[in-house]
Amino acid sequence: MNKLNQLEELTKLASKMRRILLEVSLNCGEPAHIGGGLSIVDIMAVLYGSILQLSIKKPIDRFVLSKGHGFLGLLSALHCSGFIKKEELMKFQTNGSELIAHPIVNPKFGIESSNGSLGQGLSFGVGLAIAYKKKLKEGNIFVLVGDGECYEGAVWEAAIAGTESYLDNLTVIVDCNGFQNDGAINKKMSSQELKSKWQGFGWDSIMCDGHNINELLEKLKNKSKNKPTAIIAQTVKGKGISFMENNNDWHHGRLTQKLFDEAIKEL
Amino acid sequence: MKIFDEKSSKQWSRMGPRAMFGQFMLDIAEKNENLMVLSADLGRSSGLDRFKSMFPDKYLSVGISEQNLIGVAAGLAKEGFKVFVTSFAPFLSMRASEQIRMNLGYMKLPVNLVALGSGVSMGYLGNSHFGLEDVSIIRSIPNINISCPADCGEMGKILNDYSENNYGPSYIRLTGIPGSPPVYKNDYNYKLGKPVTLKRGKDILILATGSMVAQALVAEKILSKNNISAEIVNVHTLKPISKEIDEKLSLFKSVITIEEHSIVGGLHSIIAEKIASSFSSISLLPIALPDKFGPTGTYAYLLDHHGLLGEKIAINILDFLQKKKSNNKD
Repeated sequence: MNKLNQLEELTKLASKMRRILLEVSLNCGEPAHIGGGLSIVDIMAVLYGSILQLSIKKPIDRFVLSKGHGFLGLLSALHCSGFIKKEELMKFQTNGSELIAHPIVNPKFGIESSNGSLGQGLSFGVGLAIAYKKKLKEGNIFVLVGDGECYEGAVWEAAIAGTESYLDNLTVIVDCNGFQNDGAINKKMSSQELKSKWQGFGWDSIMCDGHNINELLEKLKNKSKNKPTAIIAQTVKGKGISFMENNNDWHHGRLTQKLFDEAIKEL
Repeated sequence: MKIFDEKSSKQWSRMGPRAMFGQFMLDIAEKNENLMVLSADLGRSSGLDRFKSMFPDKYLSVGISEQNLIGVAAGLAKEGFKVFVTSFAPFLSMRASEQIRMNLGYMKLPVNLVALGSGVSMGYLGNSHFGLEDVSIIRSIPNINISCPADCGEMGKILNDYSENNYGPSYIRLTGIPGSPPVYKNDYNYKLGKPVTLKRGKDILILATGSMVAQALVAEKILSKNNISAEIVNVHTLKPISKEIDEKLSLFKSVITIEEHSIVGGLHSIIAEKIASSFSSISLLPIALPDKFGPTGTYAYLLDHHGLLGEKIAINILDFLQKKKSNNKD
């Protein structure tokens, strides 16, 4: 596929994913993590639409959503990649469903791990990456964490392990949407600060516009010899829907039909 | 496994559980291509120095980071490695408790945790290092087996068994120090979950676990001189707890539990729960959440699912009283 076509395809995919994210949020009638789901949609579109080599039987690459509350972003990507059928998708956040606010491990759905308690996914990813090295297995491990999640000490325990084991098959993507549960993130945890922190821990730390498809395509392929990569993705919480952008009410908010109708006009 | 006889049993006891853990893992590494032993900077304390030099590819220290230790172990287990993780009991069971809950309990990844120096075996290192509450904590997380070997020989059998079978996640609790007396002088039949009756008795039942099995045998001799006939049972598996324990409880009026663990949540609690639910003159009906991870949904749905809404509670109680009545008639 030529570059222009690919950009067009992935832009379309991201738009479709945003629509699906909003549809399932509306359909469940419950509050959902919409803001932090929307901030990772473009990243997920590029990963699932282009970068990751996945199949249910034998995935080559692996993706771990450490920021479990970003599940709506992953869910829409898994649906668009054929892992989760529409019928299952629409059970999101209904009684007894396997598809809830946070991922529950499910090989059939292509969900790699159970998450929801922050700060745990990177260690798991380090374990996978070490296993790949030991088995001389091709493929890369991607772990997505939030900027707020980087307050968790265990993230940095894993960051040390990543450099100590020379895991050049491991990439962490930091979704720097600038907000956490209670509001804006402290400026000491800005994307610039986080870039230096990951660099200080020995990672190849790269700044990236988390909504620029071409830039994501290029930077998510980054490989640094004997070092893991940290993609510091500058994103907007609620991206794509004007009244949700940088409005932390949508961290965990309930979508009404009226707001849904307004929202999809923007896609 | 190594030759298990009186001579080796004495030698293992002299070396102690930590050194012997390292020794037994050497044999397991010979047989298991996919083995990984992980530590958080306590390789030496785990008797793993020789293991490190003989099997460098099968050993990984992640530095002093127990939470990370569990996550990395889980990633390796997911990719098919047979993983044993060691640290001191509180550092595993408490520092990394939530990682254990998510990775071993919730995701059921088959990682074996080896908790060194549990109970009060760390002596002058103090309460920060003691394993006082570990059984209580791990027992409350679904899907994790808990083993507590009575001596080094039994530890060898337990480690071997976990390495050769796929029982799921486990917590192996090591008590005692070098010189702690052996219980088994010769090889014997070990089976996960199946308690071992070491001595038959008719007056009282003594249920002991870990290092306390040997002490129970010492006590038994003194009791015998006082004309008390004690049955001694080694409860090496604390979870799942065997139905055979129920049979034993039905035969005795006096039961003693002995453990190097807090009185809260360990063997005492396990047996007290059994007695309360099946052997007491007061009938106790527990209405609670089960020992497994259940579904998700609205609060009302979940209360209903678990029988925690008033209507279902009443039906449950009526049923319970009815059964009690008909049992009394029998």
